[in-house]
Amino acid sequence: MDLFDNLALGFGVAFTFQNLIYAFIGCLLGTLIGVLPGVGPVATIAMLLPATYALPPVAALIMLAGIYYGAQYGGSTTAILVNLPGEASSVVTMIDGYQMARKGRAGPALAAAGMGSFFAGCVGTLILAAFAAPLTEVAFKFGPAEYFSLMVLGLIGAVVLASGSLIKAVGMIVLGLLMGLIGTDVNSGVARYSFDIPELTDGIGFIVIAMGVFGYGEIISNLSKPDEEREVFTAKVTGLMPTAEDFKNMLPAVLRGTSLGSALGILPGGGALLAAFAAYTIEKKTKVKPGELPFGQGNIRGVAAPESANNAASQTSFIPLLTLGIPPNAVMALMVGAMTIHNIQPGPQVMTSNPELFWGLIASMWIGNAMLIILNLPLIGIWIKLLSVPYRWLFPAIVLFCAIGVYSTNNNTWDIWMVAMFGVIGYVFIKLGMEPAPLLLGFILGPMMEENLRRAMLLSRGDWSVFVTRPLSATLLGMALLLLIIVALPSIKSKREEAFVEE
Amino acid sequence: MIIKSQKDFFSGLLYAVVGSGFAIGATTYKIGTSARMGPGFFPMLLGVILAIIGVYIMFKAMVVKTPNGDKIGSWAWKPLFFIIAGNLLFGILLGGLPSVGVPAMGLIVAIFGTTIVVSLAGETFKIKEVLILATILSIASYCAFVLLLNLQFPVWPTFITG
Repeated sequence: MDLFDNLALGFGVAFTFQNLIYAFIGCLLGTLIGVLPGVGPVATIAMLLPATYALPPVAALIMLAGIYYGAQYGGSTTAILVNLPGEASSVVTMIDGYQMARKGRAGPALAAAGMGSFFAGCVGTLILAAFAAPLTEVAFKFGPAEYFSLMVLGLIGAVVLASGSLIKAVGMIVLGLLMGLIGTDVNSGVARYSFDIPELTDGIGFIVIAMGVFGYGEIISNLSKPDEEREVFTAKVTGLMPTAEDFKNMLPAVLRGTSLGSALGILPGGGALLAAFAAYTIEKKTKVKPGELPFGQGNIRGVAAPESANNAASQTSFIPLLTLGIPPNAVMALMVGAMTIHNIQPGPQVMTSNPELFWGLIASMWIGNAMLIILNLPLIGIWIKLLSVPYRWLFPAIVLFCAIGVYSTNNNTWDIWMVAMFGVIGYVFIKLGMEPAPLLLGFILGPMMEENLRRAMLLSRGDWSVFVTRPLSATLLGMALLLLIIVALPSIKSKREEAFVEE
Repeated sequence: MIIKSQKDFFSGLLYAVVGSGFAIGATTYKIGTSARMGPGFFPMLLGVILAIIGVYIMFKAMVVKTPNGDKIGSWAWKPLFFIIAGNLLFGILLGGLPSVGVPAMGLIVAIFGTTIVVSLAGETFKIKEVLILATILSIASYCAFVLLLNLQFPVWPTFITG
């Protein structure tokens, strides 16, 4: 079996001392930022990108990936014990998890989240390994027209599935695409929108945008809200093991959460947050057995299902990135950046040209999941202590690390001025209810889209119908259109808006 | 006309202005034909799309009623100012401003300056606590970035190290 050979290669890479260390650092940092409310994976990965310059590409990607799925584990701890979402994707875990903690069952709730995540992570990794090869085959058949259509589908999918106001999110994408075009045009060498500023001819760094908008913008918005009352259930975490009854209830919920999460992770715009919401909604629709607590009052299924789903999704969302080179969400957009920093062009060729990177990364995810369950369950006490760190110590540190991070990308203070500007812009976005994630996706895809559009039109000699006459391209565009139509249907529209209001 | 959704109206306005800005800017580059696109083609296309989206959102914001007017709410000027100021100060202290003769003070001074200014953004400010935090952050940054990762920073003021 090819798959086993490949996985063996992957484990060979992942099990080297250096890569194990970086996987561990990634998972540790991921758990840390997951536990701390107000620090998200996007800002953290952006902050750490410059630090990975010195590392070999495999180690860098292993570490960054660890941060992403590690954050999904850590987020549940805060949700259960403090009733704050440590991570956006843990919002629904709060509902039942916190109630369990109040009833003195914080231990089983944490265990349900941890075990569910571990199971889901393993399944997600297997799916990633199994699907990668066939999807890559398909991707090699893609010409520029297909790539352009795929990006359209990806961007449309991202907003349809993952945001409130559809038209505003589409606007954010277009804005991102435009911002991605700033800088020297690769075809003609013309410096576009650079206003004769030499630094702008290289374009705006995506690290600058990610840190300014996701890091600073959010800190400013967090600080403008009054301090929330925190009630931490620290003393009550005794007895981690769930009862046999709990296990019986958990198991189907974990299975449902895992399958739903794996499926949603692959879709553009999917990822952890959406998966957790969908999984909780489905659990709520299933029958509550006699003797089982209703949802919202500490039902263990309400913890197990969304936590499994968000972890499964965070693994499978690597599939479109690694096979097609298209990032399905903001974190994956940063991974594209990380790969380009290390001179790896994301896309189907990664698997053939850098097999040790491709399979090493996948294998490291399984190892990382194993590390995380150890980090999160037996060592839970350490994380609980961390929760008592007040935000007024955290945000100066975050601002500082952001500033150091952007400076070190180019050793140039120009980037520091730019990140300040994007911090202001990010805060304006938050105030106006504009979501920044589609912007980042558009920004990353902008130059790629233009390049593929140009090539496709050059090949077709200016005939726009090429996008609908080539069957693969037409199918992709058709899917994008279908998504838009489905969302615009009145009955679905109202349901969808309802779902986002719940956030 | 009364604005029915403040948030939407102003985001629409933002799209419309930025979109037309990009489209107008694109006219200064070669547009080309669809078979041979110049550097202005794609930005022109996107700029026009963004402007249309913006106008549509503005229109909708004036027509479609929202339950509470979707107010933007007050701006958090204090955190906004101190976070951004702290960030700018970091750049000035670390690299200096050669054009106006501000010398580079290096990483450690920059960390102290930034931590103090940024901390002012919070609700409580205790100078003792902030100084301890700054000391911890300096030691941690020096160890992590300079010693461990070997990133190139001016650590001390230029007039001391020369």
